[in-house]
Amino acid sequence: MSLKGKAAAIGIGELKPVKEPGDLTALGLMATVAAEAIADAGLEKKDIDGFLVGVPFSDPGMIYPASAAEVLGLNVRMLNQVDIGGASPAGMIWRAAAAIDAGMCNAVLCIVADLNKVGDQRPPVISVQREFEAPYGNIGANCGYAMIARRHMHEYGTTARQMAKVAVDQRTSALKNPLATFNDKALTIDDVLNSRMIVDPLHLYEIVSPVSGGAAIIVASPELAKRAKNPPIWLLGAGEYANHSTITYAPSITESPIKPAAAAAFKMAGLQPKDMDLACPYDCYTITVIVTLEDAGFCKKGEGGPFVMEHDLTYAGDFPCNTHGGQLSFGQPGLAGGMSHVTEAIRQLMGRCGERQVKRAALGYVNGNGGIMSEQSSLVLERRS
Amino acid sequence: MSEYYKPLPKPSPTSRPFWEAARRHELTLQRCGACRAFIYYPRDRCPKCFSDQLAWERVSGRGKVYSFTVVRRASSRAFSDAPYVLAIVELAEGPRMTSNIIAAPEDVRVEMPVEVCFDDVTPDHTLVKFKPA
Repeated sequence: MSLKGKAAAIGIGELKPVKEPGDLTALGLMATVAAEAIADAGLEKKDIDGFLVGVPFSDPGMIYPASAAEVLGLNVRMLNQVDIGGASPAGMIWRAAAAIDAGMCNAVLCIVADLNKVGDQRPPVISVQREFEAPYGNIGANCGYAMIARRHMHEYGTTARQMAKVAVDQRTSALKNPLATFNDKALTIDDVLNSRMIVDPLHLYEIVSPVSGGAAIIVASPELAKRAKNPPIWLLGAGEYANHSTITYAPSITESPIKPAAAAAFKMAGLQPKDMDLACPYDCYTITVIVTLEDAGFCKKGEGGPFVMEHDLTYAGDFPCNTHGGQLSFGQPGLAGGMSHVTEAIRQLMGRCGERQVKRAALGYVNGNGGIMSEQSSLVLERRS
Repeated sequence: MSEYYKPLPKPSPTSRPFWEAARRHELTLQRCGACRAFIYYPRDRCPKCFSDQLAWERVSGRGKVYSFTVVRRASSRAFSDAPYVLAIVELAEGPRMTSNIIAAPEDVRVEMPVEVCFDDVTPDHTLVKFKPA
């Protein structure tokens, strides 16, 4: 089955993340971005007949989709929680398209919102990780990505400066994004390398900052999309893959399941990485971007370090990459962080990025990443002129 | 003696032989009777061929550092005694394990040979760690 051209994104809502959530609640944030996205799509709440929701870290619960739909006052023909970590938002887009293609609904609200307070990392809840990881201090995502970075440096000669360049270019774009958390000060490679070492070899500025926020996207049927007020952004291809949870047990620590996920997305789209006008790879850490660009096929395996040095990754550059600043500068509002890559690709393709608008933006690649490079979901999106 | 405040393994029926061996200062792995693969962490069926013919075997305890990080600032308050070396050790028999390298952070290298050592962290719990070989 192909989902090529079977559905389109027609509306988005997104909040500027905040560092201190105060009295905010995840459901309150959902209501705000849902209203924004439905209005942006030119629809009314009664038009929403499908609902995909991520379960916030801050507000887990049983039968979450129905509970959240009830709070929002939705009557839906299809509902589900999507729980593939940071890949959930990208994974929602093709699930929405599949439900639409199956004739189950016409307008799917895809939504994530979360409170992500700075503080102690929750202990792992899966018994295997509690038993075989936590006793050794392998808690949270930092350690796994640091070990990926270390091995990548060992195998391919990737350098600290190459990794830092990712954070620098994304920050340059963030300076033009009013929604970004960190949009007031440019970074240099030396700034990144002089920031505090957290998990050797990763420095503070190479690691996402926890913030709170939310985002929503309306995915619509071709019939609805054709009369939408925004230019519809069509799903051309999607792919998903997982082969491990803890990186220790992955078949390879440096070659990720992004490879099959991206290959499936490009195959469905009938396109190649070189056809893309922009890329939005998940960036929980700088090394994540380098591995994603390699495994998605934008450069050869092991050449991600030289690739990011040779290309200008900013909105004005020859390889626009995470032009919203990435999560590294936009911030990571919990599960909603992964939505920022999807909303940015859609916003760029719609031509609504203002000062950071990429000049020729017709085709975009997005990748969502859950866990420690565990759950991968790739999308190819198109604005048809 | 101060109380041990870090997370401790809670053995399951499947994994109990592994931790009981560790308390005897022995490293044991499951081995599949069908495809002969060594398995870590403990499972109920072989993750390679799905056979349920799994038996425990004592292994060499030798391996090498596949990758590592020096955790300077831990994500959990339980590890506020950072820095510590967290590593993926590739055992001579094949499987990879999460563990700690008991060495000065500046002395640890990728591909460095290591051998198992046992850390009796409480009277009831022994963790499997590694030191330079």
